[in-house]
Amino acid sequence: MATAVSAEQVEQTIYDSLVEFGTERSLLGREATLESLDIDSLDLVELAQIVEEEFGVELRGDDVKDVKTVGEVVDLVVAKAA
Amino acid sequence: MRRRVVVTGIGAVTPLGVGSEPLISRWSDGRCGIEDGAGRCHEFDPLDFLSRKDARRSDRFAQLAIAAAAEAVAQAGWDDGPPHDPHRVGCIVGTGIGGLGSLEQQQRNLIQDGVKAVSPLAVPLMMGNAGAAAVAMRQGLRGPTYGVVSACAAGAHAIGDAVRTIRCGDADAVLAGGAEAAITGLAEAGFAAMGATSPSGVCRPFDARRDGFVIGEGAGVLVLEEEDAARGRGAHVLGEVLGYGATCDAFHLTAPQPSGEDAARAIELALRDARLRPDDLDYVNAHGTSTPLNDRSETAALKLALGGTAKSLPVSSTKSAIGHLLGAAGAVEAVATVEALRRNLAPPTLGWEEREEGLDLDYVPGAARPLSRNGKRLVAISNSFGFGGHNAVLCLAA
Repeated sequence: MATAVSAEQVEQTIYDSLVEFGTERSLLGREATLESLDIDSLDLVELAQIVEEEFGVELRGDDVKDVKTVGEVVDLVVAKAA
Repeated sequence: MRRRVVVTGIGAVTPLGVGSEPLISRWSDGRCGIEDGAGRCHEFDPLDFLSRKDARRSDRFAQLAIAAAAEAVAQAGWDDGPPHDPHRVGCIVGTGIGGLGSLEQQQRNLIQDGVKAVSPLAVPLMMGNAGAAAVAMRQGLRGPTYGVVSACAAGAHAIGDAVRTIRCGDADAVLAGGAEAAITGLAEAGFAAMGATSPSGVCRPFDARRDGFVIGEGAGVLVLEEEDAARGRGAHVLGEVLGYGATCDAFHLTAPQPSGEDAARAIELALRDARLRPDDLDYVNAHGTSTPLNDRSETAALKLALGGTAKSLPVSSTKSAIGHLLGAAGAVEAVATVEALRRNLAPPTLGWEEREEGLDLDYVPGAARPLSRNGKRLVAISNSFGFGGHNAVLCLAA
């Protein structure tokens, strides 16, 4: 099920999700840190649910514990989906 | 000498509007916030008080608590957080049910889409202490903080607990109140199934034609401070909580004790705690739900507790103007009572027209009535009774 997932698709889904969680879209970018966007563990769990639903990728707590930026989250999902 | 507990800020969100001012003004003017058989807070927009992110992380009942608390602390002059050691400022917020709308939504997700469709926010949204937690986090309060769950007496129990917490020295100030947002499919169906809510959708407490309560939503919060701490910072004192009494009928899951004897004892305890007698009272803010059973047993309780004084006191029900706010009711009604006393008014019991045999107190029909101050402070009791036979009575002065 996790085939032909493009980085653009993943990025779009993650951006849309974070906006849904309350983040300003204008602040989003690959370099933006999760901390600066006030994205916490609850947001990441919700994001993991969406990513799994959309791309069939399972993100566990261990996977994201060292992730610092939005771009790293995108890359992680793309890598797992490959 | 016992520590005294004064009121330095009040806040409310009710079907009559956002703020304690529209609550008391519109009620006193005879306006009713009930539409289509429910008291909804149409004028409330959570985004006036919360970021999108915070709004998404709170059930409507917690959002209402946050808004009421914001008004209360602003009035108290707490512009930059609590003016006391935050470890000595608590937060006690009652609710009847908690985040019921969230619970129902997450249950739908679970049934329709399975375990993985349940949000990680599900539990923090629906937990009954979410109102207290949200207000404490927002205001930076680090003293005793918890929710109180005692159905329709929760708001009054929360204020009573706060008074005790300050008196015993555990805190110098407490934000206390109640919040409820349970106009949901499950609650409406449940209350209707047990015959508690009004088929006519009309709330007319103590009237012979009353046929049940009308569900409402909202929140009320008071800033309570130890008197010396309040005066020491030059706070404007709005009123005082003089006494509190709490009992239980231990009689029936939902029906009140017909004799009203345990409700009467709660009234007596509140007066004793205030070191007052029945003839010191100027006004009674009734629980007055508009259910056939409550209004009869409450009338009996008032007669039992107050004796001959009961018939000479104005007794009115805030619920006639906003419906029954369940776990928020006691707090919103305490806010309304303090403001009514401050304005030398007994607001009316809206809709009261037909007397029922035995319900023969002065229910303040028609229009608000002036209260004569005679140079002294005015004193009232505010009754709250909940399913489970919980009785909580506050004695307030302003």
